[in-house]
Amino acid sequence: MPARFGNPPERSGVSAVLDNLDLYFKAFGYTVFLFLVSAVLALVLGTVLAAMRVGPVSVLRTFGTAYVTLVRNTPLVMIFLFFQLGAPKIFDTLRFTWVDIHIGPYDFTSFFSAAVAALSLYTAAFICEAIRAGVNAVPLGQAEAARAIGLPFGGVMSQVVLPQAFRASVPPLASTLIALLKNTSIAGVFGVIEAVGRMKGFTNDYADERVGIFVAFALGYVVLVEIVSLLSTLLERRWKVA
Amino acid sequence: MSAGVLFDAPGPATVARHRTYSIVAGIALVAGVAFVLWRLYATGQLEYDKWEPFLTPRYIEAILVDGLMVTLQMAFSAVILAVVFGVLFGVGKLSDHAWVRWPCWLVVEFFRAVPVIMLMIFCFYTVFGDFDPLSRRTYWSVVLALTLYNGAVLAEVFRAGINAVPRGQAEAAYAIGMRKTQVMTIVLLPQAVKIMIPAIISQMVVALKDTSLGYAVAGLGLTRIAKPIYQQFANHVPTIIVITAIYVIVNLLLTAIAMWLQRRLVGEKKVLEVGMVGEQVPGRP
Repeated sequence: MPARFGNPPERSGVSAVLDNLDLYFKAFGYTVFLFLVSAVLALVLGTVLAAMRVGPVSVLRTFGTAYVTLVRNTPLVMIFLFFQLGAPKIFDTLRFTWVDIHIGPYDFTSFFSAAVAALSLYTAAFICEAIRAGVNAVPLGQAEAARAIGLPFGGVMSQVVLPQAFRASVPPLASTLIALLKNTSIAGVFGVIEAVGRMKGFTNDYADERVGIFVAFALGYVVLVEIVSLLSTLLERRWKVA
Repeated sequence: MSAGVLFDAPGPATVARHRTYSIVAGIALVAGVAFVLWRLYATGQLEYDKWEPFLTPRYIEAILVDGLMVTLQMAFSAVILAVVFGVLFGVGKLSDHAWVRWPCWLVVEFFRAVPVIMLMIFCFYTVFGDFDPLSRRTYWSVVLALTLYNGAVLAEVFRAGINAVPRGQAEAAYAIGMRKTQVMTIVLLPQAVKIMIPAIISQMVVALKDTSLGYAVAGLGLTRIAKPIYQQFANHVPTIIVITAIYVIVNLLLTAIAMWLQRRLVGEKKVLEVGMVGEQVPGRP
C-alpha cells in the first residue's frame, strides 16, 4: 500500500508526504478512529442528555441544562488538559492505563482514551442541543392530533413525534459531527499521532516543504469532511417527506 | 408543565410519580457530587496551599492581565478582521460574475473544512516564522488562523443575512434606478448587518474559546498562564477549574449581550443559522 520512493533527486513540494505515505495514511487512520469512537459515545451520551432536557423530571432537566451550558462555554483544550493533568490525580481509573488495545498497526492506549473521553464529553453537549432542536421543530399540532385519535404515549412517540424529530435533527447533527471531526485534531497536541500531530512532525523535519505539507494534510481533512457532509445529505434526501 | 410535543399535561398520579423520580434523581446527583468532592478532598486537591495563588493579588493580576486581557484582545482582533474577511467573501459569493463567485466559494469552503489548530501551526511556522519575540509570533498566528476560520463562517452568515433581507427591498431599489453597488451598500448591507450582529457576537464566543488552541504552538493568554502556575504550585486541578471558570463566565456574558442585542435589534426571532460545510444551499453557485 505505501509507496516509498527512496530518495528522489528532486524534492517536489510534497515529497515529505509522498515519501512517507504510510505515515500519512496511518495518521489519518487515527483521526478516523478518534472520530468514530468519540462520535458513537457522544451520540449515546448526547441522546441521554437530550432525554433529560426534554423529559418531565425537573431535577434531570436542570442537570442537563447545567451540563450543556457549562460544557458549551468551555474551550476543548481545557477539557483535554483536565483529562491529561487533572483527572488522573483524582481518579485512578481516569489514568486509562487499563486501556491497551492493539489492532493491526494501531495502538489504542491511555492517550487515545483520554482524547476520546474529552472529545465525547464535549461533543455530547452539542449533540444534545441538535437533538433538542429536532424535537422542538415538530409542530405541537402533530402530537395533539396523534393524541386526539387515541394513540397511546408509545404510539405518539414512535409513530408521529420521534420520526419527524429525528429527520429534523439530521442537519444540525451533521454539523456537530463535522465539528467533532475537526476537533479530533486537538488530540495531536495531547499525545495522539493523528493527522495534525503527524503534520507537526513533518513540519519540523522538512522545513523547506511546509506549504506542501500543509496542503496535503488540509486536503485529507477536506476529503473527510466532504464524506461526512455527503452522507448526511444522502440521509436527509432519503428521509425527506415529499 | 403545560402540554408539549412530547407529553400531555400530567394528571395527579403522574405528577406524584414524577416527584418520586425527581427525588431519586436528586439523591443520585447529590451522591455523585459528594463522591467527586470526597475524591478531591482525599487526594488533597482542596488544601489551601493549592488554592492560594488564586487569592494572591500578584497571581490574580497575572491571570487577568497576561491571561484574560490577552485572550480577549486576540478574540476581538480576530473577530474584527474576520468581519472584514466575511463581508468581502460573503458578498463575493453573491456576485453575478462566476469568476468572482467561484474562488470566493472555494476559499470559504476550504477554511471552514480545515481544523483551526492546523491553520495555527501553519501560520506559526510558515507565515510568521521569523516574527520576534515569540509572544508576538504566537499572537499573530492565533489571530490570523482565527480570522481565516471565523471569517469563512461569517462569510456564510453574511450571505445568509443578505439573502434574509426581503426581496422587495432590492427590487424597489433597482426600480428607483440604483446601481448594483448602491443596492448592496445602501439598501441590503445595512439591513443585513442588523440581522447579523447577534450571530457575529455568538461567533465571538467561538473565537474566544478557540484562542485556547494557541496551546498547540507556543500558547498565549489564559491557557498559557495556567502552565507556570500549576508548574510552580503543582495544583493542576484547581488551576484548571479556575481558568475554565473564567472562560465560562466571559462566554456567558458575551452570550447574554448577544441575546440582549437580539431582542433589541431583531425582536424575538432566532439567531441566524448557517448550514454546514459542503451543504447544498439553495443559491449556492
